[in-house]
Amino acid sequence: MTEMNLSRAPSPASVPVPSSASLWPSIVALAFATAYLIALLAVEEQTLIIGLLTAAVVAVVAANYLGLFVPVGRSFAEHEGTFGLAAIVAAFALAAYFHEDHFVLLLVVTVILYIVATLGLNVQFGYTGILNFAGASFFGIGAYTSAVLNAHTAVPTLLVVLIGGLCAALIGSLLLLPVLRTRGHYAALVTIAFALLFKTFLEVNDVLGGPQGLQVGGMHIFGWSFNDNLSIGGIELSFYINYFLISMLLLVGAFVLVRRLERSWIGLNLDALRLDETAASCFGLNIARWKIVSFTLGNLLIGMAGALFGMVGSFIAPNNYTFADSLILVSILLLGGIGNAWGVIVATIIVVIVPEKLQTIQEYRFLIYAALVIAVLLFRPEGLLTRPVRRYFPGVRS
Amino acid sequence: MTTTTPAILEARGLTRQFGGVVALDNLDLTVNANEILGLIGPNGSGKTTFFNVITGIYQPNGGTVTFENADVTGASPQKMYHAGVSRTFQRSRLSLPLSLFDNIMIGNHKRLNQGLWFNLMRRQAFRDEFEKNYQAARALLEIFSPPLVRRMFEPVGTLPMIDRRRIEICRALISAPRLLLLDEPSAGMTHDETAALMNDILLVRDQNRNLTIVIVEHEMGVIERITNRCVVLNFGRKIADGPYRSVAADPLVQEAYLGASV
Repeated sequence: MTEMNLSRAPSPASVPVPSSASLWPSIVALAFATAYLIALLAVEEQTLIIGLLTAAVVAVVAANYLGLFVPVGRSFAEHEGTFGLAAIVAAFALAAYFHEDHFVLLLVVTVILYIVATLGLNVQFGYTGILNFAGASFFGIGAYTSAVLNAHTAVPTLLVVLIGGLCAALIGSLLLLPVLRTRGHYAALVTIAFALLFKTFLEVNDVLGGPQGLQVGGMHIFGWSFNDNLSIGGIELSFYINYFLISMLLLVGAFVLVRRLERSWIGLNLDALRLDETAASCFGLNIARWKIVSFTLGNLLIGMAGALFGMVGSFIAPNNYTFADSLILVSILLLGGIGNAWGVIVATIIVVIVPEKLQTIQEYRFLIYAALVIAVLLFRPEGLLTRPVRRYFPGVRS
Repeated sequence: MTTTTPAILEARGLTRQFGGVVALDNLDLTVNANEILGLIGPNGSGKTTFFNVITGIYQPNGGTVTFENADVTGASPQKMYHAGVSRTFQRSRLSLPLSLFDNIMIGNHKRLNQGLWFNLMRRQAFRDEFEKNYQAARALLEIFSPPLVRRMFEPVGTLPMIDRRRIEICRALISAPRLLLLDEPSAGMTHDETAALMNDILLVRDQNRNLTIVIVEHEMGVIERITNRCVVLNFGRKIADGPYRSVAADPLVQEAYLGASV
């Protein structure tokens, strides 16, 4: 509001004045989605699950056909901050509903941490165009860091999460030289080679448990052990609620950071160099510097998510961090909408939860992923949610 | 207008080869401060290559370049931009998915705070800077095309080619360069559109007398109207230098354009 005095120019607004769409359509859509998700997670019977999933696809297609997403999109675009708060409330409502259910909560925490990791990939690929096929490896670096540190040191576990991220960023910097010297597919090849090397390295290294893997100590904060069940006012809570809280904290932090990055001059730099390195150079952009910033920041987020995930799962092995897992992370990004942080959330929910609930297709998981990715690339190459044009201060009149 | 002002850009013996092709052949070219210089010549005569060597996209194989009395031979594109050289491209090189505002701001790189902390954590300060630069972009756009102001946050890809050219020129001008290199800014435009664009360019220059412009253009009416001086290239060599009228009357120039008389 204070900027108003500043701009005495005849120009009315620094930001295009929104047509003041109502907040409600997006909130209603969010409520529907949350209720649906709770139903999907609660149901066990396979035929019912298949029915629910089919209903969702039909409902989305029908809503799209009827143009129901238009007011939702407009309302979301103008009230993104409020919508974000509502989404946090929705996540807490979901966790509260399943407060006793270990399995569902573990699934929810997995979704949250995968979102954080994919946000990291989004910075690298979505904004900067560096295709990282070693996402699972950097996730694994975080997890192994927490296994080693929790077993052999007394470093506070909260700090371990940060150190896990820093280790991923540091080891990722080994790849910087080849990544900076190559472009596009060739940079992707470098990361594939790293992913394969990383798994082999873990398998032959007995200090790191070899193929059998390692136990990971749980999280402690000031003597509060995250691996004990809770009881508040006589209500029993699963110990995963602890991990849900800390994961949400990480997610909100990472999400705000990534959104701010996108809506800053740095986000603009990353887009500019992805789209045309030569033109960007002619306007002073230091290509190498911004690629380093982006790759390192992305790996930091992936590593932090991995470090926390290691403690959640309490056990890690090289087989959890294969090239195939990296592909899943990339496919989330393709599905959600490259460069769209909200799309990452939607896509991660789909890619992690659907196969877990549809036990009958477990064997064919990768087949489904592959079909999904091909379908997206064919029919909606920009992903489910296309990335809108950057608005630095959305929904603000000034 | 006088041409006795000191040189802002000086190329001496500039040479650039692509395999066996000599695109710039021992070229001596001086650009005087605050003039509008027309760079003309048949296709393939080395005009764009000259721009690319000056802006550091290509390294010269020989010769020297001096900009504002400093040796900038073989300097990087980044260094030339920071020194005050800005350009447009023959084939429009905008970032089509980005908004008009974003594209113009790409050109403003050196005047934007690029600090990580500033951008991520000091959002209020960032907002003030955003506001200031929004007004600057808006003022520039008002000159070239007022209707585009309303479309500032739409993707550039939705604009027709003429408007894209305008945005490219705004991108080059927003950082207040000392030397502006325009590579066929009116390519693909009609006669009237070209005239309007040139008026806008002249208007910007009238507001900023410290701006030197080198323009590559095929429409000779434009060259005659807006330039103080012309340099004609052929096969990477300078074959004529002077006011448009004298250059156009030069038999060597006519031969280069129309082919050797039998």
